Amino acid sequence: MFGRIHALLIKELLAILRDRKSRFILIVPPLVQLLVFSFAATQEVNNLTLAVLNLDRGRPAWQLEQRFSAASPFRRIIRLQHPSQVAATLEGQQALAVLWIPADFSVNLATGRPARAGFLLDGRRTNAAQIVQGYARRIMTELALEDSRRQPAVALEVRHWFNPNLEFRWFTVPSLVCILTTLIGLLVTGLSVAREREMGTFDQLLVSPLQPLEILAGKALPALLVGVAEGSLIVLAAVLLLGVPFNGSVLLLYGSMTVFLAAIIGVGLFISSLSMTQQQAVLGAFLFMVPAVILSGYASPIENMPDWLQSLTLANPLRYFMIIVRGLFLKELPAARVWSQTWPMGVIALVTLSAATWLFRRRLA
Amino acid sequence: MNEVVSVEGVHFTFPGGTKALAEVTATIRPGRITGLVGPDGAGKTTLLRLLAGLLLPDAGCIRVLELDTRAEGRRLSELLGYMPQKFGLYEDLSVRQNLQLYADLRGVTGAERDAAFGRLLAFSGLEPFRQRLAGQLSGGMKQKLGLACALIRKPRLLLLDEPSVGVDPISRRELWRMVQELVDDSLAVVWSTAYLDEAERCAEVLLLNEGHLLHAGPPAELTRPLQGRCLLLRDLTGNRRRILSRALGRPEIQDGQVLGRDLRLVLRADAAPPAVADLDAGSGARLEEAPPRFEDAFVELLGGGPPSVSALAEGRPVSTPVAGAMVEADRLTRRFGDFVAAREVSFSIRAGEIFGLLGPNGAGKSTTFKMLCGLLRPTSGSGRVAGYDLQRAPGQARSRLGYMAQKFSLYGDLSAKQNLAFFSGVYGLTGGRRRQAVEDMIDTFHLGPHLRTSARELPLGFKQRLALACAMLHRPSVLFLDEPTAGVDPLIRREFWTHINGLVEKGVTVLVTTHFMDEAEYCHRIALIHQGRVMATDTPDGLKDRVRSSQRPEPTLEEAFIELLQRSWQEQEEVVG
Repeated sequence: MFGRIHALLIKELLAILRDRKSRFILIVPPLVQLLVFSFAATQEVNNLTLAVLNLDRGRPAWQLEQRFSAASPFRRIIRLQHPSQVAATLEGQQALAVLWIPADFSVNLATGRPARAGFLLDGRRTNAAQIVQGYARRIMTELALEDSRRQPAVALEVRHWFNPNLEFRWFTVPSLVCILTTLIGLLVTGLSVAREREMGTFDQLLVSPLQPLEILAGKALPALLVGVAEGSLIVLAAVLLLGVPFNGSVLLLYGSMTVFLAAIIGVGLFISSLSMTQQQAVLGAFLFMVPAVILSGYASPIENMPDWLQSLTLANPLRYFMIIVRGLFLKELPAARVWSQTWPMGVIALVTLSAATWLFRRRLA
Repeated sequence: MNEVVSVEGVHFTFPGGTKALAEVTATIRPGRITGLVGPDGAGKTTLLRLLAGLLLPDAGCIRVLELDTRAEGRRLSELLGYMPQKFGLYEDLSVRQNLQLYADLRGVTGAERDAAFGRLLAFSGLEPFRQRLAGQLSGGMKQKLGLACALIRKPRLLLLDEPSVGVDPISRRELWRMVQELVDDSLAVVWSTAYLDEAERCAEVLLLNEGHLLHAGPPAELTRPLQGRCLLLRDLTGNRRRILSRALGRPEIQDGQVLGRDLRLVLRADAAPPAVADLDAGSGARLEEAPPRFEDAFVELLGGGPPSVSALAEGRPVSTPVAGAMVEADRLTRRFGDFVAAREVSFSIRAGEIFGLLGPNGAGKSTTFKMLCGLLRPTSGSGRVAGYDLQRAPGQARSRLGYMAQKFSLYGDLSAKQNLAFFSGVYGLTGGRRRQAVEDMIDTFHLGPHLRTSARELPLGFKQRLALACAMLHRPSVLFLDEPTAGVDPLIRREFWTHINGLVEKGVTVLVTTHFMDEAEYCHRIALIHQGRVMATDTPDGLKDRVRSSQRPEPTLEEAFIELLQRSWQEQEEVVG
């Protein structure tokens, strides 16, 4: 039995490595994606434009304006002269936000009446708008504190642990490691069976004394090896090329990665049992991939999702692996925490692999 | 100016660097069918596509109807009818809708269109089926519809790419007759084919092999030198395969084949025929002159016949004869939804027998074949290999069978040696036995110089050898062959059958599917399969005897097949009527 699986393993690796195209596909696109995503898919807000309509000549109004202009997300400031310009500025997307200081702002402040200023945001760019809103609040609070006591009594010192300079890349790159590993694991297993079906070699395997389980093992093991190698390549690129620190234990990374890949390979084998052609397999892989990424907490925090969707994410292996990889990169995630995220993936792997085996046998009949 | 097409010094190489055509010069004239003949990979499709202006030659020049395909290719499309191998029929449209679509594409409208439809539907015999979806037509009817679509606007040049491949013999004849009727002084037809018997019927032949034009002219020009050199050894007694093997070993014999109960031998040029007594074929044996066939000429052009003995079989001990059946089909039935692909198929194959499943594509022979090697679970009935039930003991059954599929299912990215290593591992060979088995195959099939070549890049002949080697590594006692020599040149086919004949002599049992009548002649017994049923099971000669009559004293296997098919239809009608 081990002899036969060994033969399958060697064959599978040779088939992947001897073909120039598949060698290329395994190495170049993941690296390109890593680089492109880490630079382009940024959620950081800077390089924004702020429009200011200051109708007040007083000093506090000028101070307020200065505070906003100096805030880090804004690189360009447009000065408006008249309220009628406000709508056009936002509509034409010339600025993300407009700070509107009415003429009585300083007077109200001086006389102790509530001083109001308007801050208009372009709701079409929700993400950036939300972040800018946060900045605006902070500025106003600071200003209010300074103003009431002249001398700030309480100051809020914010420190971002694990990512002191809030570098967005430190957040995205570990997530990309997870996503690209998923992609490779799915494609290697999904395509290999479909390719054999197309070439007619699959029949050749089926008429041999190989048991269905041996064929599945012969497909799963090489995918595991390739997936781990690919994962290592991306981690190396993340650390060496993109300068993201890796603080955790390498051993824990590989351990959890193996369990994670087993779960993904189960899904891949399930898809490949269903598909007759490579095209169907690729479509199937993406059908799984897109919701899995969205429900992983990569783009939006799981805590923000409705309850029923949050429960659904519990079945998503990517969700757990994302936590582990982020944790191992940015902080030294302890073994106990890694384990708490690994065992659910083990359960999922057991389910997906059994389902794949069941379907594989059924489709053979 | 009499010619429709002139091809001058044409070269064509595919972007990947594969040479498809080299220095081809030929002309094609109207008023006749020009056969474009050659095995797979000879360059037939490439030449047709060049003629249609879909590809442009790397060097040389092609003029079609006075138009240079390079400069004036666009104007050509109005003068051409082109039917590619897989004609673009829309399976979800009816016969009439398909015709309509192609009429629209060609800009044929109004009264002209109605007239064309009437003419084409009558001509193709599809009139009764015009509301039927194209996907539900038989293979032969699909080809006829494809032909009709290519003829919507009467072309000056009609290019047909393997129109008869896999089609049942009756439809094959009808297609030929239809095209024959079309031919007149204003139309030239090019009919490409890998069937060499079709070449004989063409008025003119372009014979291609590996991109080179071996012959251009009437087929008789090629066969004439073989006149008087083709002999039929009849009324022989004793083992035909051994007699053939001995005969092929003689210096004066160039080529030979089993033809039912007879042997067909071809003498070398200027050689005297052997004395019958020397052939050791029994006292009643006699030699009779036979007309040469196109295939004989092709074999001669390729440089002679097959080896006399199979090194593969030589190295194998004779297996102890087994009583009873080695392969057994017991009322095998398989349904796909409403469609019954195989209905109550039963037969049994003795040890050391070659058994053929003969029938057109879609007749159910692949379905039956797959049920017998465990690739498909029968809806009802059972199959046994070497005494093991395929459902109850699939492992034991499988370890005793060797399997070789149509397109040599080798791993294209793996080298020849890696393929051998893989299959030996899969069949559970280990250590010294594994090394020995691989070494033996390399020696037997002279694979030495190609060991590091990727299987995909091997020449066709070596691919065939490697596939057979991979199937034989574990010395199976039953060999399953699915269209083993479809599209290969006659030399490779003969070499292959030399091995099979040799193996059978050592007690190996062979089940083979084919739609080549030629291949069927090698079988001890044949099951004729049509529309999911076994129509007849008999020896090739037994089948011929069934239709032998005073009008047809020497029927071919194809004629027998057609006759038996028609008889069974009549019977069905009588039952229904």
